[in-house]
Amino acid sequence: MDQSSISKLPKGWKSVPSDLGSDQTAFKGVQWGKAMMWIFLLSDTFIFSCFLISYMKGRASTVVEWPNPSEVFALDFMGVPVPLLLIAIMTFVLITSSGTMALAVKYGYEKNRKMCGWFILFTALGGLTFVGMQAFEWSKLIHEGVRPWENPFGAGQFGSYFFMITGFHGTHVSIGVIFLFIFARKVFRGDFDTGKRGYFTTMKSDYVAIEILGLYWHFVDLVWVFIFAFFYLW
Amino acid sequence: MTDNTEINKEKKTTTHKIGIYLWIWGLLFVLSFFSYMVDWYQFQGLLRWTLILFFMFLKAGLIMAFFMHLFWERYTLVNVLLWPMTAIACFVGLMVAEGKYTVFTRFIYFVLGE
Repeated sequence: MDQSSISKLPKGWKSVPSDLGSDQTAFKGVQWGKAMMWIFLLSDTFIFSCFLISYMKGRASTVVEWPNPSEVFALDFMGVPVPLLLIAIMTFVLITSSGTMALAVKYGYEKNRKMCGWFILFTALGGLTFVGMQAFEWSKLIHEGVRPWENPFGAGQFGSYFFMITGFHGTHVSIGVIFLFIFARKVFRGDFDTGKRGYFTTMKSDYVAIEILGLYWHFVDLVWVFIFAFFYLW
Repeated sequence: MTDNTEINKEKKTTTHKIGIYLWIWGLLFVLSFFSYMVDWYQFQGLLRWTLILFFMFLKAGLIMAFFMHLFWERYTLVNVLLWPMTAIACFVGLMVAEGKYTVFTRFIYFVLGE
């Protein structure tokens, strides 16, 4: 649907029933791949919500005291334990990679092949750093005796929620990093300029794919915002 | 080559100025720093929870509105994505009540029972 016919459609609240009740395309002017990514992210939101809600319920209903996260996740810096130091650095790394991804999307739409590719590569490296620090955090806690069924700091449920939630998020980051590297290669090779057909699809490559990849990556950052607030700060 | 550029001009999608991304990026950094400070200064109780939730929703909103382009997206898509969040809010409410009931029974039977 081109821009001029979209501008003739109703706007504001009225656009919602008229779009949803219309023929063939519910999301006017939204590329189908982008709409599908959004629907996927919505379902992913529900999965992460279920994890976080179950964590909330588990933490609220235990009679044993919950381990203090700012002590459990403290990191020694020059002999002084700094609360949540590693988690804070991880948060900043992930936000930085989200910012570089936003710029990659922008340069993609401007058909700036090199800048787009470099920024995707930066994003991938940021994600890789994040996963690396998470692996360090996991091994540190496992070394200290944190298990899914017990830990030396307090309520036994702590470990199972920690490994489940951060593990599921880390898996998302890892999958994202793999796709970022694949797409960096595709961008540098010029697939999106020539409209080369993809490996799994007969459709022509288009820079909108970078925005779709970006949506996924920003979602990973978004989930971390909630995990950081509820699991580490609360 | 000339063919290509003409097609590109025709299909030109709306892009946004780099400034808006850098601003949001900076804001996210500042907000993350503030939420870290909540823990650093060990605020406790209601103040802590309010601040955590305030910074969290602000960050989430900025990421979704500008980095994920929801601010410029078609209104129908925005509605379809955001209304289901009320179901999650209901679920949270239900589980808060359930958690209170569980801890109440555990205190009666496990702690007082001993």
